[in-house]
Amino acid sequence: MGQEREQMKKELFYSALASNASRVLTEEMRQISVVDQFRKKENDVAIKIQSWFRGCKVRAYIRFLHKGVTVIQKWWRGFLSRQHYQLVVKIAYYTMKMNLYNTMAVRIQRRWRGYRIRKYCFNYYYLKEYLRAVSEANDAIREALEEFAEMKEREEKKAELERQEKERDYQARKMHYLLSTKQIPGIYNSPFRKEPDPWELRLQKAKPLTHRRPKVKHKYTIDLDSWLACTSSRSFPRSGILPPINRKQCQGPFRDVAEVLQQRYKPLEATLRVEEPINTLQEARELLWRKECMRNINDNLFLPFSSYHKNEKYTPSVYSPCKYDADSYRHQHFREENPKKWVNAKDFQTVLPSFELFSKYGKLYSKAGQIL
Amino acid sequence: MSQRQVLQVFEQYQKARTQFVQMVAELATRPQNIETLQNAGVMSLLRPLLLDVVPTIQQTAALALGRLANYNDDLAEAVVKGDILPQLVYSLAEQNRFYKKAAAFVLRAVGKHSPQLAQAIVDCGALDTLVICLEDFDPGVKEAAAWALGYIARHNAELSQAVVDAGAVPLLVLCIQEPEIALKRIAASALSDISKHSPELAQTVVDAGAIAHLAQMILNPDAKLKRQVLSALSQIAKHSVDLAEMVVEAEIFPVVLTCLKDRDEYVKKNASTLIREIAKHTPELSQLIVNAGGVAAVVDCLGSCKGNTRLPGIMMLGYVAAHSENLAMAVIISKGVPQLSVCLSEEPEDHIKAAAAWALGQIGRHTPEHARAVAVTNTLPVLLSLYMSTESSEDLQVKSKKAIKNILQKCTYLPALEPFLYDAPPNILKHVVGQFSKVLPHDSKARRLFVTSGGLKKVQEIKAEPGSLLQEYINSINNCYPEEIVRYYSPGYSDTLLQRVDSYQPLIN
Repeated sequence: MGQEREQMKKELFYSALASNASRVLTEEMRQISVVDQFRKKENDVAIKIQSWFRGCKVRAYIRFLHKGVTVIQKWWRGFLSRQHYQLVVKIAYYTMKMNLYNTMAVRIQRRWRGYRIRKYCFNYYYLKEYLRAVSEANDAIREALEEFAEMKEREEKKAELERQEKERDYQARKMHYLLSTKQIPGIYNSPFRKEPDPWELRLQKAKPLTHRRPKVKHKYTIDLDSWLACTSSRSFPRSGILPPINRKQCQGPFRDVAEVLQQRYKPLEATLRVEEPINTLQEARELLWRKECMRNINDNLFLPFSSYHKNEKYTPSVYSPCKYDADSYRHQHFREENPKKWVNAKDFQTVLPSFELFSKYGKLYSKAGQIL
Repeated sequence: MSQRQVLQVFEQYQKARTQFVQMVAELATRPQNIETLQNAGVMSLLRPLLLDVVPTIQQTAALALGRLANYNDDLAEAVVKGDILPQLVYSLAEQNRFYKKAAAFVLRAVGKHSPQLAQAIVDCGALDTLVICLEDFDPGVKEAAAWALGYIARHNAELSQAVVDAGAVPLLVLCIQEPEIALKRIAASALSDISKHSPELAQTVVDAGAIAHLAQMILNPDAKLKRQVLSALSQIAKHSVDLAEMVVEAEIFPVVLTCLKDRDEYVKKNASTLIREIAKHTPELSQLIVNAGGVAAVVDCLGSCKGNTRLPGIMMLGYVAAHSENLAMAVIISKGVPQLSVCLSEEPEDHIKAAAAWALGQIGRHTPEHARAVAVTNTLPVLLSLYMSTESSEDLQVKSKKAIKNILQKCTYLPALEPFLYDAPPNILKHVVGQFSKVLPHDSKARRLFVTSGGLKKVQEIKAEPGSLLQEYINSINNCYPEEIVRYYSPGYSDTLLQRVDSYQPLIN
């Protein structure tokens, strides 16, 4: 339509030109411009309406597309999640089962380990018993040692008391002269006391000491034959005659000591007859016989070749082996192993059959899962 | 001049000689005179008197020489250098018993100072004559000869071997059986000196049948004899298991335990040494001693002794406990642990403390029960203070550290561990915190106690490098408690709270 207008416009212009009608031209021109404006407005409006409508169409189409896509995606996502969920459930189930198995296995292992230790390795009650026995033994030893120590102390005290008693006795014997007499009361028996001092009684009981003989100090005698060393009681007297004893003469009609000793230790002067033994002849004969026998090789009498030898029995020597083998019986074995020497033809019979478990004693039953 | 006057001259000379030699012998008994005597040249004067005609002069000269040589080793060297020994040895074989005693005394006095002098005695062939003297009738001569042999054999193994090769051992065993107590003592001490050097020598002594006689003499009431006998048996038993078993087979238990109650200190010491030497070899021997009640006797003996006499008893307890946990438990029930902790705290000497620390470590290292038994007696703080103190010797520090470490690794008794949190050095703190981290997750009462006693607070204050073992332990402890409590006890919490107060905007209605 616009083209027609244009055409019309052109025609009008040309007609106007042709007709030289200026008024018709300006009138036409005025009409054309108003119509022009109106036309533009209408055009715009029409365009707007059209675009809006087109937009609605497109949007409706897109909406339609979206719905479909959403449905597809929804289903796809559901599918994936369900897969995942199944996996998760499988894993959880598996974990739960494994946990259960583990706890059960732990229970079994616990029981087995406890059983094994208790049966084969370590006996707790035995240990307790042992420790109790040890503590009892300790107590017994402690008591015994206490008793021993007490006994020792008592003995020592006793010895100490005895020593003190001996000491006091000796003192009393030394101080015997302090004893009180009828005329003069001694220092321990004062008249102002009720009863005499215990020392007084001791002095009464004590026997006075005898005078100590002055010790003869043995100066080293200078004579040349004094160098016989041993004069103590343990050694034998070296000289034939005993040395003289330094002692004053005893009272009474005694003989001279030297004479007596000489007589006592006089050596024997035997007669010729006494000096020889009574059986000299017999001894001489024996001596001769022994000398002759010494040179003999064979002590048997020589016998002629007669039937004397035929009845001789052969006596086997003790040291040669005999068929009963007496020596090795108690020394090397008790029970005969060789079947030929048995009395009966059978061996000893065992009462019980052997128990195979005992051969495994000390070794474990299972070894990393393998059954032995 | 008449004959008598001539003889008088000789008599005067003899008198002078005897007087001189007697005076010298008497002067030589006092140490202050010996210097003067030496400077006066007494050795060269005594030497010819040894060859004198008169036997008494010879004997007294030998006696004087012996006393001089006894005093110090210079004089003994002078005796050796003066070639006196061969003369002595030669005349030993021929003279009477007084001379033999005096000559053996000289040999003993020379041989006791050093191995070289003893070697000199052996080199001049004295051993054979001494062994011949051992066969003499007189017990005094035997005693002197045995004493000399003992002193020679004391120094080292070669000299002992020389003594054994001379055939002294069977004769010494015979000497032990003699009735005289002094002779028995000396023979026992000689056997002890011979057997202490090596197992072969000990075996020689055992082969001569010494053990049975020595074991019988344990019952003798004389204290010095018991000392020597017990020492001889312990020297024999210390070398190997077989020898120890042979000593045990002589049925010394339980008789030896009565010696632990003796009044004499050295008898107690030697008896505990013997028991220690037997116990240290194998668990079976220790078990035997435990079954015979030996542990209780030793523990009582520890209570009654002081000082160095305690040391063998302490070591014996350590050896017994070291073998196995059952034996350690036996030591615990015999009340050994309180006694050992008393020894640890009371004794002034470091080496005894070190031994006590070692023994406690051996007892406590086996299981938590054992560690608990050691920990309840409050010995761990004592051990820690010994480890930390600068005055302790290095040995004591090392041993107490090892003992603490061993006990802590098994200790689950928390009240004893708590003091360690406060004053322990970092290397021990690691173990302590580790133990806490093991125990706390399982015990709710212990957790409560840990919080109320301030332990958690202390743990928070410990600075540890991240990633180290200590940090892991601290984390595991912190995981046992709710977060608020951990935060509450963390250091600087009050500051953070105050900061929050500062920065808080009050709600104004």
